[in-house]
Amino acid sequence: MLERLADEIPRFFSWSNMLLLGEAMAITLAMTLVGCVLGFLFAFIIAFTRQVPGILTLPFRTAAILFVEVFRRIPFLVVLFLVLFFIQAVAQGTSLFTVAVVSICIYSTAYIADIIRGGFESVARQQIEAAQAMNFSRWQILKSIIVPQSWPVVLPPAVAFMVGFIKDTSLVSQIGVFELTFRGRELNNMGFSGILVFGTIAFLYFAISYPLARWGQWLEKRLAR
Amino acid sequence: MRGDLSHHLEIKGACASYGRIQVLKGVDLTLGKGEVVALIGPSGSGKSTVLRMVMGLTLSTAGEIRLDGEAVNYRNPASLRRLRDRIAVVFQQYNLFQNMDVMRNVTIAPLKIKRRPRDQVVADAKRVLAKVGLADKLAAYPDELSGGQQQRVAIARALCLNPEILLLDEVTSALDPELVNEVLDTIRGLAAEGMTMLIVSHEMAFVREVATRVILMDDGQMVEAGTPQDIFDKPQTQRARDFVGKILRH
Ligand SMILES: Nc1ncnc2c1ncn2[C@@H]1O[C@H](COP(=O)(O)OP(=O)(O)OP(=O)(O)O)[C@@H](O)[C@H]1O
Ligand SMILES: [Mg+2]
Repeated sequence: MLERLADEIPRFFSWSNMLLLGEAMAITLAMTLVGCVLGFLFAFIIAFTRQVPGILTLPFRTAAILFVEVFRRIPFLVVLFLVLFFIQAVAQGTSLFTVAVVSICIYSTAYIADIIRGGFESVARQQIEAAQAMNFSRWQILKSIIVPQSWPVVLPPAVAFMVGFIKDTSLVSQIGVFELTFRGRELNNMGFSGILVFGTIAFLYFAISYPLARWGQWLEKRLAR
Repeated sequence: MRGDLSHHLEIKGACASYGRIQVLKGVDLTLGKGEVVALIGPSGSGKSTVLRMVMGLTLSTAGEIRLDGEAVNYRNPASLRRLRDRIAVVFQQYNLFQNMDVMRNVTIAPLKIKRRPRDQVVADAKRVLAKVGLADKLAAYPDELSGGQQQRVAIARALCLNPEILLLDEVTSALDPELVNEVLDTIRGLAAEGMTMLIVSHEMAFVREVATRVILMDDGQMVEAGTPQDIFDKPQTQRARDFVGKILRH
């Protein structure tokens, strides 16, 4: 077996294969990044909506809570298929990459919204009351007090979630997006040894995730100050 | 001169609860223009809650609060905003903004909420902070300050709002004796300038000197009200005699 592997290695690490895997890596990274950054934005809006009291905002609050509670309890693969079939029903010809990004966005919105809510709640009530007593508006309280004070609580787990999610995006290969895992299966089907192919794929996931995870830890230390 | 008949702030039969527990059981209080009323009473009697209720941080469940004879509707944002524009509070726990340095803590509301000109706000802030002995701490953050220093920043922050009425909750509790006098001097000065104040204090000598009236609270109710001489020298009720006896022995 080792002999066969040694035989395959030069053929496997050819320029065209490396280019293929490089491109797949870029797709993996791009869909995670775009999905999660959009997710962070929507999550912020949801977390803010959730804490605006009053009867007028009740429908929005309910929708926000429902969204978060539902999507956090559905496996990502199911979300992916839901989005795929929904989009195919309403807008045929949408690229699979878009389907993947939308799914990642929905899933990360639900998760990060909960992280942000926890961060907002970690701000002492007295801080907010002091601002209210000085006539700060809800928006000013959010901008000047809640966000600056919850930032160190929110950012580390949010970054950890995003970095962790890079590996879960391998599920997207199921619908045929040309990302890392999909290309791995392709190469495997072409006859390359599974150990060689998926060993390489595993290393590539690690190579993307590890530096980002370290960056997240560094960020956490810096924010803790 | 003091104790103008036109009542600035009036609390009538106010009740308040935290959850199911009623902590104020009918509080009546009038604060005339230029008056200094002192709220005294044992721990947990509801003194801080009275101040919170005035600021609309705890909603009263019964009774009413009037400002210049007009009932305040705490559920109406405009009405609440008008009240908060005229009354400033110094909290017992200071509640300085942890993410802002001293200067920012003191200037943010005058700049962003009251929209006063920057030069004037900064000059005012520096003057007031110097007055409370913190001229060298402008760039410090709350967690780098001692309790007494934070308390003085909180006083400066309230003063820079130029309030008509000042609510002070135990503003000398975290100060060492030397600073107590500094802060009390500041409050004395304010009283002399005719600032209307409602103060919660355990400094009996100070209350006796500066307060026009004293109200003794216990268990969410007013036990006795009168001039400092009335309350401290010839308390009428047994409850008042007990309390006064205890604090005077300290
Ligand atoms: N946020 C809260 N939730 C529930 N109960 C509270 C809350 N704040 C105060 N209380 C209760 O309300 C009562 C009155 O409290 P308050 O803080 O007004 O007393 P106080 O007279 O200011 O006491 P102290 O002299 O110790 O500051 C106390 O029994 C207290 O336990
Ligand atoms: Mg108190």
